[in-house]
Amino acid sequence: MLPSHRRLTDNIFNTPKIVTDSTETIASSNSATPSNGSPQIWQIDISPLPGNPNLLAEETLASAKLLQINDLSLTANHGFLIQGDLTAADVDQLTRELLFESVVQKCDFGPVGTAINPAPADKSNVTYVLPLPGVTDSQAESAMRAMKQLGYAVDAVSTFKKFCASGLSESHTALLQKKVFHNESIERVITGVLELDRLDLGNEYKLVKTDVPLALVSDDDLMKISKDWTLSLSLTEMHVIRDHFEAEGRAPTDIELESVAQTWSEHCSHKTLAGRVAYTDENGTRQYENMLKETIFAATMQIREDLGEDDWCVSVFKDNAGIVRFEGDHNVAFKVETHNRPSALEPYGGANTGIGGVIRDTLGTGLGAKPVCNTDVFCFASPDTPYEDLPPGVMHPKQIMQGVVAGVRDYGNRMGIPTVNGAVYFDDRYVGNPLVFCGNVGILPHDKSFKEVKPGDLIVSIGGKTGRDGIHGATFSSAELTEDSDITSGGAVQIGDAVTEKMAMDVLLQARDLNLYNAVTDCGAGGYSSAVGEMGEDTGAEVWLDKVPLKYEGLSYTEIWISEAQERMVFSVPEDKWEAFRDLCAAESVVATAIGRFEDTGRLVLKYGDTVVGDVSMEFLHDGRPPIIREANFTPAPVKRIENIPEKTPADWTADLSKILGSLNVASKQWIIQQYDHEVQGGSVIKPLVGVQNDGPGDAAVIRPLLESRRGLAVSCGMNPMYGDLDPYHMATSGIDEAIRNCVAVGADPSRIAILDNFCWGFTDRPETLGSLVRAAIACQDLSVVLQTPFISGKDSLHNEFSYTDDDGDRQTISIPSTLLISALGQVPDVANCTTMDLKKTGNLLYQVGITGDHLGGSHWSLVNEIDGGLVPTVDPELAKTTFAQMHAAISTGLIRSCHDMSEGGLAAAVAEMAFAGGLGANVDASAIGLDLLAYGEDEEVDLSYVIASVLFSESNTRFVVEVEPEKAAAFEAHFDGVEIVKLGEVITDPVLTIELAHSQVIKSDIASLKAAWQEPLNW
Amino acid sequence: MSTPKVLVLRAPGTNCDQETGFAFEQAGAKATYAHINQLLEQPQLVAEHQILCFPGGFSYGDDIAAGRILASQMQNRLADTLNEFRDAGKLVLGICNGFQILIKSGFLLPMDDEGMQATLTWNDSGRYLARWVDLKTNHSKCVFLKDVDHMYLPIAHAEGKFVTRNDSILSTLQSQDQLALTYCPSPTGNDSGPANPNGSTADVAGVCDETGRIFGLMPHPERNIDPTHHPRWTREDIGPRGDGFAIFENAVNFFG
Repeated sequence: MLPSHRRLTDNIFNTPKIVTDSTETIASSNSATPSNGSPQIWQIDISPLPGNPNLLAEETLASAKLLQINDLSLTANHGFLIQGDLTAADVDQLTRELLFESVVQKCDFGPVGTAINPAPADKSNVTYVLPLPGVTDSQAESAMRAMKQLGYAVDAVSTFKKFCASGLSESHTALLQKKVFHNESIERVITGVLELDRLDLGNEYKLVKTDVPLALVSDDDLMKISKDWTLSLSLTEMHVIRDHFEAEGRAPTDIELESVAQTWSEHCSHKTLAGRVAYTDENGTRQYENMLKETIFAATMQIREDLGEDDWCVSVFKDNAGIVRFEGDHNVAFKVETHNRPSALEPYGGANTGIGGVIRDTLGTGLGAKPVCNTDVFCFASPDTPYEDLPPGVMHPKQIMQGVVAGVRDYGNRMGIPTVNGAVYFDDRYVGNPLVFCGNVGILPHDKSFKEVKPGDLIVSIGGKTGRDGIHGATFSSAELTEDSDITSGGAVQIGDAVTEKMAMDVLLQARDLNLYNAVTDCGAGGYSSAVGEMGEDTGAEVWLDKVPLKYEGLSYTEIWISEAQERMVFSVPEDKWEAFRDLCAAESVVATAIGRFEDTGRLVLKYGDTVVGDVSMEFLHDGRPPIIREANFTPAPVKRIENIPEKTPADWTADLSKILGSLNVASKQWIIQQYDHEVQGGSVIKPLVGVQNDGPGDAAVIRPLLESRRGLAVSCGMNPMYGDLDPYHMATSGIDEAIRNCVAVGADPSRIAILDNFCWGFTDRPETLGSLVRAAIACQDLSVVLQTPFISGKDSLHNEFSYTDDDGDRQTISIPSTLLISALGQVPDVANCTTMDLKKTGNLLYQVGITGDHLGGSHWSLVNEIDGGLVPTVDPELAKTTFAQMHAAISTGLIRSCHDMSEGGLAAAVAEMAFAGGLGANVDASAIGLDLLAYGEDEEVDLSYVIASVLFSESNTRFVVEVEPEKAAAFEAHFDGVEIVKLGEVITDPVLTIELAHSQVIKSDIASLKAAWQEPLNW
Repeated sequence: MSTPKVLVLRAPGTNCDQETGFAFEQAGAKATYAHINQLLEQPQLVAEHQILCFPGGFSYGDDIAAGRILASQMQNRLADTLNEFRDAGKLVLGICNGFQILIKSGFLLPMDDEGMQATLTWNDSGRYLARWVDLKTNHSKCVFLKDVDHMYLPIAHAEGKFVTRNDSILSTLQSQDQLALTYCPSPTGNDSGPANPNGSTADVAGVCDETGRIFGLMPHPERNIDPTHHPRWTREDIGPRGDGFAIFENAVNFFG
């Protein structure tokens, strides 16, 4: 079966070694099929040659260390299992042609079931780790396609990892297998010799249409159905469904019930936040019919009205991403999504499919936007948490963090989309619920910004095939996590396949420009059920489920309909364009299939062959859900003063600064940033790390999405859950202020910044939890209207709580801190005017722009000193608007040489970062900074320590530190009107930072040690 | 000056095709783009061009090993086409994943009786790494590096460690001036990481064939053609063009 054109090379160095066992001699019989009739499977072990690192072993040892398994001695290698009609000579040939690199690796193979590289005498049994059947194994799929192209008769391929460990106790051996070698939500373990009958999956499927009688069913049983099927429907909702089908005179089918559950899920319909809310706080009670619509959306509508003809929003809160004008005929789209629950169970796959999903959001916006950059924000518990302090059933936060970073890296990099912005936030309340925010910006022509499904169009699916992946992901993501979640929710965890999505993206953009379709959307949560259901909402649709291309046989019609298999996009293709569309896809090996037709019936008709398995009205599906009515309360926490700060020496204050720089939230994220490609597409202008050694913390990244243009996009974010513990209103306004000032700091025009909201909250069925969210939403509304900064899209993730039983048998629940991420997309008219935060030149002057207030509440100075209380930073909306506008004018007219936003760690941290990023020192005299001590009465005595702490470390909003050339100082000082500026000092050559207050030095440090403190904690 | 035609090849997972074509166009070439499927059907397409470029990315997801699957396709289905192209005195450039493909297909360094002479394998760190590196040229015959002494370019790869099968191969390549580009310490002493970012043997970052007309390199010259590409453009005076532009200009001028 070798193709005739292949040359066999003799005497290959490092020839693969054929392993035979005593019962079967492969070389002599050359048999392809074992005598028992099951298909032949070959096992191929690939290991590094001596002198080359064993990366799998190194990585595994490091993971074991996190679980305090230290005395481990390990051998490890990876390999392939190949099922097919192959002789030993074929396998020998194909390993050399494809599977191993003879310069650095060796290869041993034999029929599966024989002892290939058995455990050495000093090691325990061999452990094999294989992907669970049906879990994406893109290495194996690529290998299989390549083998087939080379002419080999291969039926199925799987990868595996293989470990032999020694030196361990029995309990450690079990722990190693369960928590290090494999993740049971995606992988399985086989010990000893591999015994496998077959690798290919699937069974013949026989159609059985299933009705689900709901009439005459007790309420208990209705809820049992909802729970057993993971529908996450409430009793009221079950009643409405029952009554609807009773009126039609029949029982719903299983697929109809599932369709309703998917469409009505929190994940797809945001029924809580878009529902009726009665909100009560210290100002009384407000009634909302649709909370989000009447707060955040309403603000955007108000801004658009105010702007009139200058309205630069294009499409807000209706498509998969928000769209605004960019330049000429180009618009930009922006969306940030969360992928929290899958990431808690399988961080790599969760983050992987998270970034894959949000990229499909922009691809499915309008008629398709070309993704131009990613942003990723994560929240974890401290990676230094001792393993024994973790609640049962959770992964170690460092393992989660490493997995999440790797997942984003491997998907984002493969998509060829630069990951330019991000943040990582640490709080131990994220221990059971890490948060993974993935965002994407896309660019699209103005005339491709809207879509319209036309009756008669074919429903066409392209990209990935459908398997049982992620069934019930949408309904699962609306439920609480527990210590058993890793056992019960396996189906919701997936691994992405970036290249399949890249291929789909390549043809999508070509088809868009050839006008080959009328509408497109992504397949995300709820799978085809959501995608087709949404696209056909205004028309109606008939779907041919038997036509859907499957990964393996045996899926029921309902599984096909609700599968959340990744990398699929759905199009509305006119009949006369279908051939061209299909040919375009075929030319790039992309699977495209017509799976139905949009029809002007107002009904969703689901067929398998000739059998109608579902027929439900679109109106019921989309508008039939009974409104959710919730109570929301907020009681402001009493203000607690920070008192009795001990007297501190300059050494103490300097130590505080060093501790803040070394705190996990502030510390350098270089370890992460350098794993992301932030320059692909060739438009990088301001990189995430800046300065004389390319390692200082930039405020925002800037790219040029159009290579022939000088206009830039700036991407930044703002988030501070610690402020939310004091007041969610000010957490929200501070987040907005921070996101905007980061953007403005690099040169973005504040009148062209669009923002997104992502609410991640605890259990919002509790009135006080929902109350804190509503309060944050009101803050978003209030500030965005004044700043004229529109929210253009958003997303929420509720019920982020983790429950477990503690050692005493008591049920415990950990709720995440209320977390609002604000992401900003700014525009820089000419990138030549961009600034960075690194100090540039000796002799230049330093200024603070903005007012320092009494804002140590929730600050990092409080955090590192373990101090509670204090006043939370607030925003003066009018002053913020003026400040941002005047800062932008100063930057774009070249008055400012460097600019850094003041946030965590306040003035001291900002100046320190600027100094070590620029490799220069600074002499600062902060005496001129006026301080209004709000927490104190006029006649009260205030500790000197409190004043010093506030000037150095207060986190008041709307402030910048800027560097100005002496010859421009007069112009700079004259430039500001109604905005406070304070001269701080100057840049010096001597690499030392000093800060003086009222004629005495309070900070003195060489910048190298400050930098070291900042770089050390996450330098893995 | 004539306008050479450059064919930018893309495959599933290629992702630096547009900006690499743009760099060639800025240097005065005319860029066209072809999918590997199209080339496999019509290999004669290649002959219509003067320059063939394998841009960066993750061809076939870098599954199995970076560049391996596309390399195997080239080796099996396009070897004759490529040999003719080289023998016609034309130019081939492989950047990052393109370099991996050129090496692993045996087109840049021909296979001998014992298989591949060299490969590009996992960075010593075991991780993907994106950062800037200093590079020096080594009096090589490489036409892409004519009159270039030093360059500052970004790398972005996981499998960029150059390894030869043995030392004698390395010395042969050295003596034939084929180790065209090597990582070097920063002239300003401002390195934020080791000069050799991945553990490459002899600090090798780029290799040319015996003719000097086929060149592969791990760093990305197309990511430093504009002054604002430089990571320190807001603090240093960068000329009108980034360092990487010379590679594209040299390719175009070769036909001038």
